[in-house]
Amino acid sequence: MNASQILEREFLEVRAKILEIAASLDRMDRAEGDLTLDPNRQLLDRGIDLLKSNETDRAEQVQLLFSREYNDGWQDDFDLQKRT
Amino acid sequence: MYYIDPHIHMVSRTTDDYQTLARMGCVAMSEPAFWAGFDRGSADGFRDYFRQLTEVEPARAAQYGIQHFTWLCINAKEAENVELSREVMKLIPEFLDCPNVLGIGEIGLNKNTRNESIVFQEHVELAIEHEQQILIHTPHLADKYQGTRMILDMLAGHTGLDRSRVLVDHVEEHTVREVIDAGYWAGMTLYPVTKCTPARAADIIEQMGPDRLCVNSAGDWGPSKPTAVPDLIMEMRRRGHTEGMIQQVVFDNPYQFFSQSRHFSFQVPNPETRVFDTP
Ligand SMILES: [Zn+2]
Repeated sequence: MNASQILEREFLEVRAKILEIAASLDRMDRAEGDLTLDPNRQLLDRGIDLLKSNETDRAEQVQLLFSREYNDGWQDDFDLQKRT
Repeated sequence: MYYIDPHIHMVSRTTDDYQTLARMGCVAMSEPAFWAGFDRGSADGFRDYFRQLTEVEPARAAQYGIQHFTWLCINAKEAENVELSREVMKLIPEFLDCPNVLGIGEIGLNKNTRNESIVFQEHVELAIEHEQQILIHTPHLADKYQGTRMILDMLAGHTGLDRSRVLVDHVEEHTVREVIDAGYWAGMTLYPVTKCTPARAADIIEQMGPDRLCVNSAGDWGPSKPTAVPDLIMEMRRRGHTEGMIQQVVFDNPYQFFSQSRHFSFQVPNPETRVFDTP
Protein backbone atom coordinates (compact mmCIF):
# COMPACT_ATOMS: atom_id res chain seq x y z
CA MET A 1 0.00 0.00 0.00
CA ASN A 2 1.26 3.50 -0.71
CA ALA A 3 1.12 6.36 1.77
CA SER A 4 -2.20 7.77 0.61
CA GLN A 5 -3.84 4.36 0.62
CA ILE A 6 -2.71 3.87 4.21
CA LEU A 7 -3.95 7.34 5.14
CA GLU A 8 -7.30 6.65 3.55
CA ARG A 9 -7.60 3.31 5.32
CA GLU A 10 -6.55 4.57 8.74
CA PHE A 11 -7.78 8.17 8.79
CA LEU A 12 -10.98 7.56 10.74
CA GLU A 13 -9.25 5.19 13.13
CA VAL A 14 -6.47 7.67 13.93
CA ARG A 15 -9.01 10.48 14.25
CA ALA A 16 -10.92 8.38 16.77
CA LYS A 17 -7.75 7.64 18.75
CA ILE A 18 -6.82 11.33 18.92
CA LEU A 19 -10.33 12.09 20.09
CA GLU A 20 -10.03 9.46 22.84
CA ILE A 21 -6.80 11.03 24.09
CA ALA A 22 -8.33 14.52 23.98
CA ALA A 23 -11.35 13.36 25.94
CA SER A 24 -9.20 11.53 28.52
CA LEU A 25 -7.08 14.65 29.11
CA ASP A 26 -10.25 16.76 29.42
CA ARG A 27 -11.67 14.29 31.94
CA MET A 28 -8.54 14.52 34.11
CA ASP A 29 -8.54 18.31 33.93
CA ARG A 30 -12.24 18.57 34.82
CA ALA A 31 -11.79 16.34 37.84
CA GLU A 32 -10.71 17.58 41.23
CA GLY A 33 -6.95 17.68 41.90
CA ASP A 34 -3.83 18.99 40.21
CA LEU A 35 -1.72 16.67 38.08
CA THR A 36 0.88 19.22 37.00
CA LEU A 37 3.62 17.53 39.02
CA ASP A 38 2.45 13.95 38.56
CA PRO A 39 5.21 11.96 36.81
CA ASN A 40 2.74 9.80 34.88
CA ARG A 41 0.85 12.87 33.66
CA GLN A 42 4.16 14.38 32.54
CA LEU A 43 5.04 11.13 30.76
CA LEU A 44 1.81 11.38 28.77
CA ASP A 45 2.74 14.88 27.63
CA ARG A 46 6.18 13.71 26.56
CA GLY A 47 4.57 10.85 24.67
CA ILE A 48 2.30 13.26 22.84
CA ASP A 49 5.32 15.40 21.97
CA LEU A 50 7.06 12.37 20.46
CA LEU A 51 4.21 11.94 17.98
CA LYS A 52 5.13 15.24 16.37
CA SER A 53 8.62 14.02 15.47
CA ASN A 54 9.41 13.38 11.82
CA GLU A 55 11.38 10.18 12.49
CA THR A 56 9.93 6.83 11.45
CA ASP A 57 10.59 5.13 14.79
CA ARG A 58 7.97 6.97 16.86
CA ALA A 59 6.45 3.72 18.17
CA GLU A 60 9.85 2.54 19.41
CA GLN A 61 10.56 5.94 20.99
CA VAL A 62 7.20 5.88 22.80
CA GLN A 63 7.99 2.39 24.08
CA LEU A 64 11.37 3.53 25.40
CA LEU A 65 9.79 6.58 27.02
CA PHE A 66 7.51 4.32 29.06
CA SER A 67 10.32 1.89 29.99
CA ARG A 68 12.42 1.56 33.11
CA GLU A 69 16.09 2.26 32.54
CA TYR A 70 18.54 -0.56 31.85
CA ASN A 71 21.87 -0.53 33.65
CA ASP A 72 24.50 -2.86 32.23
CA GLY A 73 26.11 -3.30 35.63
CA TRP A 74 22.99 -4.95 37.02
CA GLN A 75 24.67 -8.33 37.60
CA ASP A 76 27.31 -6.70 39.81
CA ASP A 77 24.61 -4.74 41.64
CA PHE A 78 22.79 -8.01 42.34
CA ASP A 79 26.09 -9.64 43.30
CA LEU A 80 25.40 -12.42 40.79
CA GLN A 81 28.25 -14.36 39.30
CA LYS A 82 28.28 -14.38 35.52
CA ARG A 83 27.88 -17.84 34.00
CA THR A 84 29.94 -19.31 31.23
CA MET B 1 -5.12 -20.99 6.11
CA TYR B 2 -3.69 -23.48 8.61
CA TYR B 3 -1.83 -21.92 11.49
CA ILE B 4 0.02 -22.80 14.70
CA ASP B 5 -0.45 -20.79 17.88
CA PRO B 6 2.96 -21.16 19.53
CA HIS B 7 1.94 -19.63 22.85
CA ILE B 8 -1.50 -20.10 24.39
CA HIS B 9 -2.62 -21.15 27.88
CA MET B 10 -5.44 -23.55 27.23
CA VAL B 11 -5.79 -24.65 30.87
CA SER B 12 -7.48 -21.25 31.31
CA ARG B 13 -9.72 -21.54 28.26
CA THR B 14 -12.97 -23.34 27.62
CA THR B 15 -13.55 -26.27 25.32
CA ASP B 16 -15.57 -23.88 23.15
CA ASP B 17 -12.32 -22.04 22.50
CA TYR B 18 -10.73 -25.24 21.17
CA GLN B 19 -13.66 -25.57 18.82
CA THR B 20 -13.43 -21.96 17.65
CA LEU B 21 -9.68 -22.19 17.09
CA ALA B 22 -10.09 -25.41 15.11
CA ARG B 23 -12.70 -23.75 12.91
CA MET B 24 -10.31 -20.86 12.29
CA GLY B 25 -7.57 -23.15 11.02
CA CYS B 26 -5.49 -23.79 14.14
CA VAL B 27 -3.88 -27.21 13.74
CA ALA B 28 -1.29 -27.12 16.51
CA MET B 29 -0.47 -25.08 19.58
CA SER B 30 2.09 -24.95 22.33
CA GLU B 31 1.31 -24.13 25.91
CA PRO B 32 4.13 -22.90 28.14
CA ALA B 33 3.80 -23.39 31.89
CA PHE B 34 2.85 -20.10 33.54
CA TRP B 35 1.33 -18.39 36.53
CA ALA B 36 -2.15 -19.64 37.39
CA GLY B 37 -3.45 -16.30 38.66
CA PHE B 38 -2.51 -17.24 42.21
CA ASP B 39 0.66 -18.54 43.87
CA ARG B 40 0.63 -22.30 44.31
CA GLY B 41 1.37 -23.53 47.82
CA SER B 42 3.68 -26.44 47.12
CA ALA B 43 5.70 -28.34 44.54
CA ASP B 44 2.87 -30.91 44.44
CA GLY B 45 0.63 -28.21 43.00
CA PHE B 46 3.07 -27.97 40.11
CA ARG B 47 3.24 -31.72 39.66
CA ASP B 48 -0.54 -31.73 39.16
CA TYR B 49 -0.25 -28.79 36.77
CA PHE B 50 2.44 -30.59 34.73
CA ARG B 51 0.11 -33.60 34.49
CA GLN B 52 -2.64 -31.32 33.24
CA LEU B 53 -0.26 -29.97 30.59
CA THR B 54 1.04 -33.36 29.50
CA GLU B 55 -2.09 -35.52 29.83
CA VAL B 56 -5.32 -33.54 30.00
CA GLU B 57 -4.82 -30.72 27.49
CA PRO B 58 -3.43 -32.88 24.66
CA ALA B 59 -6.53 -35.07 24.95
CA ARG B 60 -8.86 -32.07 25.04
CA ALA B 61 -7.17 -30.56 21.98
CA ALA B 62 -7.23 -33.83 20.06
CA GLN B 63 -11.03 -33.85 20.19
CA TYR B 64 -10.91 -30.90 17.83
CA GLY B 65 -8.09 -32.13 15.63
CA ILE B 66 -5.53 -29.83 17.23
CA GLN B 67 -2.11 -31.12 18.34
CA HIS B 68 -1.13 -29.78 21.73
CA PHE B 69 2.51 -29.33 22.82
CA THR B 70 3.86 -27.90 26.04
CA TRP B 71 6.84 -26.41 27.91
CA LEU B 72 7.62 -26.90 31.60
CA CYS B 73 9.07 -24.64 34.30
CA ILE B 74 8.15 -22.55 37.29
CA ASN B 75 7.11 -19.15 35.96
CA ALA B 76 8.93 -15.92 36.73
CA LYS B 77 6.34 -14.65 39.17
CA GLU B 78 6.47 -17.67 41.47
CA ALA B 79 10.26 -17.86 40.92
CA GLU B 80 10.58 -15.12 43.52
CA ASN B 81 10.42 -18.06 45.94
CA VAL B 82 13.80 -19.67 45.21
CA GLU B 83 13.33 -22.60 47.55
CA LEU B 84 10.01 -23.62 45.99
CA SER B 85 11.48 -23.06 42.53
CA ARG B 86 14.29 -25.50 43.20
CA GLU B 87 11.79 -28.13 44.34
CA VAL B 88 9.75 -27.62 41.18
CA MET B 89 12.84 -27.73 38.95
CA LYS B 90 13.68 -31.11 40.50
CA LEU B 91 10.31 -32.42 39.27
CA ILE B 92 10.81 -31.37 35.68
CA PRO B 93 13.18 -34.11 34.41
CA GLU B 94 10.61 -36.85 35.08
CA PHE B 95 8.21 -35.08 32.67
CA LEU B 96 10.71 -34.39 29.88
CA ASP B 97 9.97 -37.73 28.24
CA CYS B 98 6.24 -37.01 27.89
CA PRO B 99 5.43 -37.06 24.18
CA ASN B 100 4.15 -33.45 23.95
CA VAL B 101 6.96 -31.68 25.85
CA LEU B 102 9.02 -29.36 23.64
CA GLY B 103 11.33 -27.92 26.27
CA ILE B 104 11.72 -25.54 29.22
CA GLY B 105 9.43 -22.49 29.38
CA GLU B 106 8.15 -19.96 29.75
CA ILE B 107 11.01 -18.96 32.00
CA GLY B 108 12.01 -15.33 32.31
CA LEU B 109 11.66 -12.27 34.47
CA ASN B 110 8.62 -10.54 35.91
CA LYS B 111 9.79 -7.67 38.14
CA ASN B 112 13.47 -8.09 37.19
CA THR B 113 14.57 -9.12 40.67
CA ARG B 114 17.66 -10.93 41.90
CA ASN B 115 15.69 -14.06 42.86
CA GLU B 116 14.01 -14.21 39.46
CA SER B 117 17.44 -13.96 37.84
CA ILE B 118 18.84 -16.80 39.96
CA VAL B 119 15.94 -19.10 39.06
CA PHE B 120 16.18 -18.09 35.38
CA GLN B 121 19.86 -19.08 35.29
CA GLU B 122 19.15 -22.42 36.93
CA HIS B 123 16.41 -23.16 34.39
CA VAL B 124 18.80 -22.38 31.53
CA GLU B 125 21.33 -24.76 33.06
CA LEU B 126 18.63 -27.42 33.39
CA ALA B 127 17.71 -26.97 29.72
CA ILE B 128 21.33 -27.20 28.58
CA GLU B 129 21.93 -30.27 30.73
CA HIS B 130 18.90 -32.04 29.20
CA GLU B 131 19.39 -30.63 25.67
CA GLN B 132 16.01 -28.91 25.79
CA GLN B 133 14.75 -25.97 23.76
CA ILE B 134 13.87 -22.82 25.72
CA LEU B 135 10.88 -20.48 25.55
CA ILE B 136 11.31 -17.17 27.36
CA HIS B 137 8.78 -14.77 28.83
CA THR B 138 9.83 -11.11 28.89
CA PRO B 139 8.20 -8.75 31.43
CA HIS B 140 5.30 -6.45 30.75
CA LEU B 141 5.03 -2.72 30.17
CA ALA B 142 7.65 -0.55 31.91
CA ASP B 143 9.70 -3.60 32.94
CA LYS B 144 9.98 -5.10 29.45
CA TYR B 145 12.96 -3.23 28.08
CA GLN B 146 15.11 -3.63 31.18
CA GLY B 147 14.06 -7.25 31.68
CA THR B 148 14.70 -8.21 28.07
CA ARG B 149 18.20 -6.73 28.22
CA MET B 150 18.86 -8.58 31.47
CA ILE B 151 17.68 -11.85 29.92
CA LEU B 152 19.93 -11.34 26.90
CA ASP B 153 22.87 -10.61 29.24
CA MET B 154 22.23 -13.85 31.13
CA LEU B 155 21.82 -15.94 27.96
CA ALA B 156 25.03 -14.50 26.52
CA GLY B 157 26.88 -15.89 29.53
CA HIS B 158 26.03 -19.48 28.55
CA THR B 159 28.56 -20.45 25.92
CA GLY B 160 27.00 -23.91 25.60
CA LEU B 161 23.68 -22.51 24.45
CA ASP B 162 22.45 -22.99 20.86
CA ARG B 163 20.67 -19.69 20.21
CA SER B 164 18.64 -21.11 17.34
CA ARG B 165 16.86 -23.31 19.90
CA VAL B 166 15.73 -20.38 22.06
CA LEU B 167 12.66 -18.18 21.52
CA VAL B 168 12.35 -14.87 23.36
CA ASP B 169 8.67 -14.03 23.58
CA HIS B 170 6.51 -10.93 23.92
CA VAL B 171 8.92 -8.73 21.94
CA GLU B 172 7.73 -5.30 20.85
CA GLU B 173 9.13 -2.39 18.87
CA HIS B 174 11.87 -1.61 21.38
CA THR B 175 13.08 -5.16 22.02
CA VAL B 176 12.68 -7.14 18.80
CA ARG B 177 15.86 -6.02 17.07
CA GLU B 178 18.25 -6.99 19.86
CA VAL B 179 16.67 -10.44 20.15
CA ILE B 180 16.79 -11.18 16.41
CA ASP B 181 20.26 -9.68 15.91
CA ALA B 182 21.62 -11.86 18.71
CA GLY B 183 20.47 -14.96 16.81
CA TYR B 184 17.42 -15.99 18.84
CA TRP B 185 13.87 -16.51 17.65
CA ALA B 186 11.36 -13.85 18.67
CA GLY B 187 7.66 -14.11 19.48
CA MET B 188 5.13 -11.31 19.29
CA THR B 189 2.08 -11.54 21.51
CA LEU B 190 -1.17 -10.06 20.25
CA TYR B 191 -2.86 -8.67 23.35
CA PRO B 192 -5.63 -6.08 23.39
CA VAL B 193 -3.94 -3.46 25.62
CA THR B 194 -0.65 -4.50 27.19
CA LYS B 195 1.27 -5.94 24.23
CA CYS B 196 1.19 -5.85 20.41
CA THR B 197 -1.88 -5.24 18.29
CA PRO B 198 -2.20 -7.10 14.97
CA ALA B 199 -1.42 -3.84 13.14
CA ARG B 200 1.76 -3.17 15.11
CA ALA B 201 2.85 -6.78 14.77
CA ALA B 202 2.39 -6.46 11.00
CA ASP B 203 4.48 -3.27 11.08
CA ILE B 204 7.28 -5.12 12.87
CA ILE B 205 7.15 -7.99 10.35
CA GLU B 206 7.35 -5.46 7.50
CA GLN B 207 10.35 -3.73 9.05
CA MET B 208 12.27 -6.77 10.32
CA GLY B 209 11.34 -9.29 7.65
CA PRO B 210 9.61 -12.56 8.60
CA ASP B 211 12.68 -14.64 9.46
CA ARG B 212 12.69 -16.13 12.99
CA LEU B 213 9.55 -14.17 13.93
CA CYS B 214 6.46 -15.92 15.34
CA VAL B 215 3.12 -14.53 16.47
CA ASN B 216 0.88 -15.86 19.23
CA SER B 217 -2.26 -15.02 21.15
CA ALA B 218 -0.90 -15.95 24.61
CA GLY B 219 -4.59 -16.43 25.40
CA ASP B 220 -4.94 -17.03 29.14
CA TRP B 221 -7.21 -16.24 32.09
CA GLY B 222 -6.69 -12.48 31.77
CA PRO B 223 -7.94 -10.06 29.11
CA SER B 224 -6.69 -11.78 25.96
CA LYS B 225 -8.07 -13.02 22.68
CA PRO B 226 -7.36 -16.64 21.71
CA THR B 227 -8.31 -15.88 18.10
CA ALA B 228 -5.72 -13.10 17.73
CA VAL B 229 -3.54 -14.95 15.21
CA PRO B 230 -6.35 -15.07 12.60
CA ASP B 231 -6.73 -11.30 13.22
CA LEU B 232 -3.11 -10.85 12.18
CA ILE B 233 -3.68 -13.02 9.09
CA MET B 234 -6.55 -10.70 8.09
CA GLU B 235 -4.48 -7.59 8.75
CA MET B 236 -1.62 -8.85 6.59
CA ARG B 237 -4.00 -9.85 3.80
CA ARG B 238 -5.55 -6.38 3.83
CA ARG B 239 -2.11 -4.87 3.48
CA GLY B 240 -1.50 -6.92 0.37
CA HIS B 241 0.99 -9.46 1.69
CA THR B 242 1.18 -12.77 -0.14
CA GLU B 243 -0.28 -15.94 1.34
CA GLY B 244 3.25 -17.39 1.31
CA MET B 245 4.60 -14.56 3.45
CA ILE B 246 1.70 -14.86 5.90
CA GLN B 247 2.06 -18.62 6.07
CA GLN B 248 5.74 -18.27 6.87
CA VAL B 249 4.92 -16.25 9.99
CA VAL B 250 1.89 -18.16 11.27
CA PHE B 251 2.83 -21.70 10.28
CA ASP B 252 6.28 -22.35 8.78
CA ASN B 253 8.24 -20.41 11.41
CA PRO B 254 6.75 -22.06 14.51
CA TYR B 255 6.94 -25.39 12.68
CA GLN B 256 10.65 -24.87 11.96
CA PHE B 257 11.41 -23.71 15.50
CA PHE B 258 9.53 -26.60 17.15
CA SER B 259 11.09 -29.13 14.75
CA GLN B 260 14.34 -28.80 16.67
CA SER B 261 12.66 -30.54 19.59
CA ARG B 262 12.77 -34.34 19.59
CA HIS B 263 9.09 -34.59 20.59
CA PHE B 264 7.67 -32.43 17.83
CA SER B 265 6.05 -35.16 15.77
CA PHE B 266 3.67 -33.07 13.73
CA GLN B 267 2.29 -34.07 10.36
CA VAL B 268 1.85 -31.06 8.08
CA PRO B 269 -1.68 -31.28 6.63
CA ASN B 270 -1.63 -32.50 3.03
CA PRO B 271 -4.31 -33.65 0.59
CA GLU B 272 -4.16 -37.19 2.00
CA THR B 273 -4.41 -36.09 5.65
CA ARG B 274 -7.37 -37.24 7.71
CA VAL B 275 -7.87 -35.20 10.86
CA PHE B 276 -9.83 -38.03 12.48
CA ASP B 277 -9.50 -41.73 11.71
CA THR B 278 -12.69 -43.15 10.27
CA PRO B 279 -14.50 -45.20 12.91
ZN1 LIG C 1 2.41 -16.97 28.52
